[in-house]
Amino acid sequence: MSSLQGSVDKRVLLILQDGRCIVGTLAGYDQKSNVVLSDSKERVYSMDEAVEEIELGLYLVKGDMIILLGELDEAKDDAVDLSEIRAEPLPPVRY
Amino acid sequence: MLIFSVFKTLTDQQVTVELKNDLSITGVLKSVDQFLNIRLDNIQVLDAARHPHMMAVKNCFIRGSVVRYVQLPAEHVDTQLLEDATRREAANPSKR
Repeated sequence: MSSLQGSVDKRVLLILQDGRCIVGTLAGYDQKSNVVLSDSKERVYSMDEAVEEIELGLYLVKGDMIILLGELDEAKDDAVDLSEIRAEPLPPVRY
Repeated sequence: MLIFSVFKTLTDQQVTVELKNDLSITGVLKSVDQFLNIRLDNIQVLDAARHPHMMAVKNCFIRGSVVRYVQLPAEHVDTQLLEDATRREAANPSKR
């Protein structure tokens, strides 16, 4: 994997195969891009309710479930009022 | 291997990646590896109003196996060269 080294200790957003979004601090990863997140939360998006954050704590995500890992701009992320946001959940991957 | 080389020549160019979950992301291609995992900088999601999930994300790492399409900047791809290289590889499959 073309290195996640630069993202260690940063806040990251994971998007998974089933469409789930998880934010957390990247604590570690390996060559199969299995990823460990600390202080992680799942963000559940819906059209009729505010974004719900579910605390997951320390979380290990298998590399083959991950479709995207994005580094969060923390200032920008903190500025977003999640209770204002209504959005369709991301669709799962279809091969 | 050929396409991997093509991608390597396209680093620092603007590309649009469409994923298999129908998300399209435009950004500057920073790196690519043998699995065609892609690193994009300065990203923007197509139809951001519908997809606020990645509002605060500035750069990202995309797993190669979930990429459906990549839109390349035509002016930076030498299609003639690519055609020739493809033919050469097809004619001589042992030399990869």
